[in-house]
Amino acid sequence: MKKYITDFMVVANEQLSDRLFVLRLTPVDGSRIATCHAGQFAELRVDDEPQVFLRRPISIHRVDYDANELWLLIQRAGHGTSKLSGLRARDLLNIIYPLGNGFTIDEQSQEMHYLLIGGGVGVAPLLETGYQLKLSGAQVSFLLGGRSCAEIAQVAQFCKVGNVYITTEDGSSIDGLDCQRGFVTQHSVLKEGRFDAIRVCGPLPMMKAVAHLVSSWEQNKRPHFCEVSLENKMACGLGVCLCCVEDTKDGHKCVCSDGPVFDIHDLKW
Amino acid sequence: MANLTTHIAGLTLKNPVLTASGTFGYGTEFSDFIDLERLGGFIVKGTTLHPRQGNPYPRLAETPSGMINAVGLQNKGVAYYIEHIHPQLASLKTNVIVNLSGSCIEDYVEGARMLNEVETVPAIELNISCPNVKAGGMGFGTKPEMAFEVVKEVRNVYRKPLIVKLTPNVTSISEIAKAVEDAGADSVSLINTVLAMAVDAERQRPILSTITGGLSGAAVKPIALRCVWQVYHAVKIPIIGLGGIMNATDAIEFMLCGARVVEVGTANFIDPAITMKIIDGIDEYLDRHGCQNISEIVGALKV
Repeated sequence: MKKYITDFMVVANEQLSDRLFVLRLTPVDGSRIATCHAGQFAELRVDDEPQVFLRRPISIHRVDYDANELWLLIQRAGHGTSKLSGLRARDLLNIIYPLGNGFTIDEQSQEMHYLLIGGGVGVAPLLETGYQLKLSGAQVSFLLGGRSCAEIAQVAQFCKVGNVYITTEDGSSIDGLDCQRGFVTQHSVLKEGRFDAIRVCGPLPMMKAVAHLVSSWEQNKRPHFCEVSLENKMACGLGVCLCCVEDTKDGHKCVCSDGPVFDIHDLKW
Repeated sequence: MANLTTHIAGLTLKNPVLTASGTFGYGTEFSDFIDLERLGGFIVKGTTLHPRQGNPYPRLAETPSGMINAVGLQNKGVAYYIEHIHPQLASLKTNVIVNLSGSCIEDYVEGARMLNEVETVPAIELNISCPNVKAGGMGFGTKPEMAFEVVKEVRNVYRKPLIVKLTPNVTSISEIAKAVEDAGADSVSLINTVLAMAVDAERQRPILSTITGGLSGAAVKPIALRCVWQVYHAVKIPIIGLGGIMNATDAIEFMLCGARVVEVGTANFIDPAITMKIIDGIDEYLDRHGCQNISEIVGALKV
């Protein structure tokens, strides 16, 4: 897929919680947003912040082609994301996108039921993934985990796309949804044979726990049954600096250009 | 429009802008953003005789105005490059220079011999300065007699333009440059990364898997300028300057200090189209200063 360097203008910066925010962006020159595949990411340039030298890789949360808007769900964590959290409407942001290889959407997806599992800010790529899967005819469910329900972002958006199941570590719940206490791997919906494919993005321990849980399932023998999206620290985003490598069964692979999405069969987990 | 054509070590470059090894892949990764043929040339990822897996993750630490890497020359080897990668690049109308590294003299010599046979490889950049490999690498570039020895041996088998890339992690970079010149190098490129370290105070651990790595980016520019200035006064062979060039003004500074050509490295990560802006910016600078030819500013620093 062709990559672009584009100046975007902030349409809105929606603060979801003290740490999470959504940037809604549109190209300054009015050009159409490039086609993005579910699970791809963008590299954001952060200017005028002495502690920040490199771009910040951020998952593509949603592409609203009708409104010509790119949505990015970001968690304030360090100097770069703090600077981004302060952006206001009409501010400019230079972005390289779309980068990496996203989640597989199977050819037979119209006959399939996908479970998209997310934790923390890792839910970010799952919204666009859900939309693209739905468009392909697939049935989509989400299993979202967090310390508390207040930490689970964009629940209302996910509900527009498919069934939403929740786990919280503190047992807090959201009215009308199947919320259970514990980790995503403990939710009763996550049972062998119930889903045809699983897509995961979240903290590393969560993704590993899901991978271990499904590893013995019969369905896991199929390629692309379970895919995870990694977020190793990277510099270029283009597969040239070789900093973000994951040690796979086929040697070191760049998360930015060979991933960020990997089939769990290819990982050494 | 000044004349940007540059001659160095028997090579003709459309302009004095190259890209630095390890920051530009095999060039094609940038073809969505720039016209590769507008470059004076590019230097492909560091290649060794035998394939290397490189160092374990994590390999990157971001630092103020820079980054430290510990990649460790991950590559598929010279034979793979010649057979599978170079044929895709050979028809490009620019100089595709191969960066060759090694961990013993025999490996350098064998790699150079193989590349000497490939007609469409116009030159090699001999990397005797990688801080991220345990054996060899920077070791060859830190002692004048070892630098002399490896360059002399390579010179015996490699008959095309030979550029030698120097490390700043030495007491006197001029001495190393002189040794390399005496051994028959056609040009020196400097600087490779600065040996550095980053620490995570909360976890009380080093950030890199290898503890130390190589610092690059804007932070190293003052060190690199000093090195270029010193080497310019020590050797007669042309100098390729690099280290923290982020824009056209930085490139001009290197040329004023004596670099005939520049390499743009880490800046490619932040703006993949930066090389085009630097070429245009150099052109604009020369016009503004009434220069007809790029050579007029090389070493023109007024002191």
